[in-house]
Amino acid sequence: MCWHCQSEVTGEYLCGRCIKVQPLSKDLDYFTCMKLPRRLNIDLTQLETTFYELSRAFHPDFFSQKDETEKSISLGNSALLNTAYRTLKDPIRRAEYLVRLEAGAAKDIRANPPADLFEEILELQEDLEEFDALSPESDQERMEALRTKLEEDRRTLEQRLAQLDAALFRKFDEWDALQETEVVTDDIQTKKQRILQELREILSNRTYVRNILADVVQRLS
Amino acid sequence: MARIVGIDLGTTNSLIAYMDGDRPRIIPGPQGQRKLPSIVAFTDNGPIVGEPAKAYFARDPSSTVYSVKRFMGKSLADVTEELKYFPYRLHEKNGVIRIEIGNKAYSPPQISAMILKELKRWAEEFFKEEITKAVITVPAYFNDSQRQATKDAGLIAGLDVVRIVNEPTAASLAYGLQEKTQGIIAVYDLGGGTFDISLLKLKDGIFEVLATNGNTHLGGDDIDQRITDVLLKDIQAQTGFKVDDHVDFLQTVRLEAERVKVRLSDELRTTARIELPEGHGVFTREWTREELETLVSDLIDKTLAPCRLALEDAGLHATEIDEVILVGGSTRMPLVQRKVEELFEKRPHCELNPDEVVALGAAVQAGILSGTTKDMLLLDVTPLSLGIETMGGVMSTLIRRNTTIPTSAKEMFTTYVDGQTSVDIHILQGERELARDNRSLARFQLKVPPLPAGVPRIEVTFLIDANGILHVTAQDIRTGQAQSIQVKPSHGLTDEEVETMIRESFQFAAEDIKARQLIEARNEANAIIRATEKALARGGELVATEEQITIRKALDDLRRVVQTDDHRAIRTKISEVENLTHHLAEVLMDATLKEALESKKLSEVL
Repeated sequence: MCWHCQSEVTGEYLCGRCIKVQPLSKDLDYFTCMKLPRRLNIDLTQLETTFYELSRAFHPDFFSQKDETEKSISLGNSALLNTAYRTLKDPIRRAEYLVRLEAGAAKDIRANPPADLFEEILELQEDLEEFDALSPESDQERMEALRTKLEEDRRTLEQRLAQLDAALFRKFDEWDALQETEVVTDDIQTKKQRILQELREILSNRTYVRNILADVVQRLS
Repeated sequence: MARIVGIDLGTTNSLIAYMDGDRPRIIPGPQGQRKLPSIVAFTDNGPIVGEPAKAYFARDPSSTVYSVKRFMGKSLADVTEELKYFPYRLHEKNGVIRIEIGNKAYSPPQISAMILKELKRWAEEFFKEEITKAVITVPAYFNDSQRQATKDAGLIAGLDVVRIVNEPTAASLAYGLQEKTQGIIAVYDLGGGTFDISLLKLKDGIFEVLATNGNTHLGGDDIDQRITDVLLKDIQAQTGFKVDDHVDFLQTVRLEAERVKVRLSDELRTTARIELPEGHGVFTREWTREELETLVSDLIDKTLAPCRLALEDAGLHATEIDEVILVGGSTRMPLVQRKVEELFEKRPHCELNPDEVVALGAAVQAGILSGTTKDMLLLDVTPLSLGIETMGGVMSTLIRRNTTIPTSAKEMFTTYVDGQTSVDIHILQGERELARDNRSLARFQLKVPPLPAGVPRIEVTFLIDANGILHVTAQDIRTGQAQSIQVKPSHGLTDEEVETMIRESFQFAAEDIKARQLIEARNEANAIIRATEKALARGGELVATEEQITIRKALDDLRRVVQTDDHRAIRTKISEVENLTHHLAEVLMDATLKEALESKKLSEVL
């Protein structure tokens, strides 16, 4: 119902009767907002087109002469639209959002390193600590040795990150294929849940690797 | 509907523009001038702004304020670096700098308001109507406090600031309108006191800012200072003249430094020439462009790191930039143009006057806001990350830099102790890990109902509007009740202070118009008396004795009438003196030209 004229017949963004701007629903998900199917591979050109089109409909610049209610609706809609665009444009944010949307929020920041990297990362942490404690004057030799080792770790981590990304994008395709199926059987539901679980696992490993990589890069620079 | 004007409130100069149909144009001042020096002088007859203030500057620097933009939204601690360049006496009150002039103190927004009021007056004379709404530009890298201070300056000047626009993006609007550019563009904006780089995507009338970066302590002023330092050292070495004891003289050297810089943009060599006070003679020094470039090369290099960061944030490589636009007077330096070309591997554009393009863009944005300019839309970003202080003094980021605005972020707060009734929240802006290394924007206290620890749930929404200014609201999730929040800015005028300043400013405006006209007529008369005396001293002998006597008599008349309260009589005498001195001015001009030509020949021979 239109907030202004109480008319039931509201248009998509503007009331069909009094043409006042309508607030976007708080429950509107970003995919629907951007007129996109809930897939992980999306058409970025279409995303941009829709973003520009909706910006033209909602941006506060076009409401500066309107009353306070309309101004505030335009502000709220624009803020939501900008967040939706930013989230969907980046594949990692998009995946994180989809997992949250489909499987609910979960604290993704893990306290422990991924199982297959456990030993290496433990050693790396020790190296980083030692590196911080060294002084450039007296421990030059040891520092150089550690630096070489850290450079190597850096390459390993970068490789690992690339592997995780590749794995992630394979899951994108798997998810999208399941979304294509017309009849949703129990079997498909189970598969979807499994993919979401795997996505979450990959994403959190990725965050962990990326953070520690950033630490290493910072020490080396 | 009320007209909206566009204003470029610059460090060195300020300009005002409007949309004439579909083209932005500069609004000239009463004498046809296209820019207003951002200088305010506090004379015995009240404040004066612009060229007259610049003239007053060399006479009484301690009552003259310039580059006030460098102090907007800052505390004393923020400007320790700056202070060695400025002869001001400053103190701080409620986190805001106050500049002491005589026995009064002014906040930077108040001084800026005087500049804005003068521009407002230009527009009102031009349109013969009251002007109440404006778009004002700020450096893209301005933080929340600096933006708020600019908005306050508008309010104090009696202007409703309908939008704060970033300078480089404003420039892109002017360029986009005129050149119909599409693709990825970089706007490199080196002004008097600030540097900005903005990367934009232009497509079908949408101007989407991809990333912005900058340095709010870097500009032409710093280049002038380098030259000044060299000049001062050489003056002392060459003539033994102690500069430290002559604050007024320092400003003379500064002005000559600026002229040397400007001349070396067109010429390969030039001579700095300074008359020393108290009969110490004349100091001259040769400058080559090469020497200047070596002297300031590291300053220009400082602009390259922000460019690289912006590229990184936008996920772009320098070669992916389709066009580079230069904005700001300092980009006239050939060295700047070379460095920009090296970085982006393409020749930068400077078709539009780099001094005027920002004001023109502000007018375009004014046109968009008033609905007369259709099809164009600017989607800008927030330049700095916004966050809150968490346990252990760490900043937790809520909104990342280069996020398209408007944007909002929500954060849930609860209590740690049973019966706790409030939560202190400290809002920060910046890119550093630790809270204390970032800019403190504001603090506020969240009211919480007394309940067991962890039970209250208060959701706080941080919203950055299209001006890049923060708004905070809170809601109790359990009761659904909204909570009004009193945010105390760390470095801003309080609402009450702004209101008082607006009242004071209106009182000043509401003063009898006659009194104001009288002040203006007197100022003009005094300026003309000084100028004429100087002219007579320099070249009196170039005209006939009778002519000299007539001029002197008219000057005496003018001096007498200045003491009266009749502004019309003063004006009449002013034009009399003006008419009588036309010939003298011409003769002097010829002599100066001849001198200049001769000295040029001399330098060519050498």
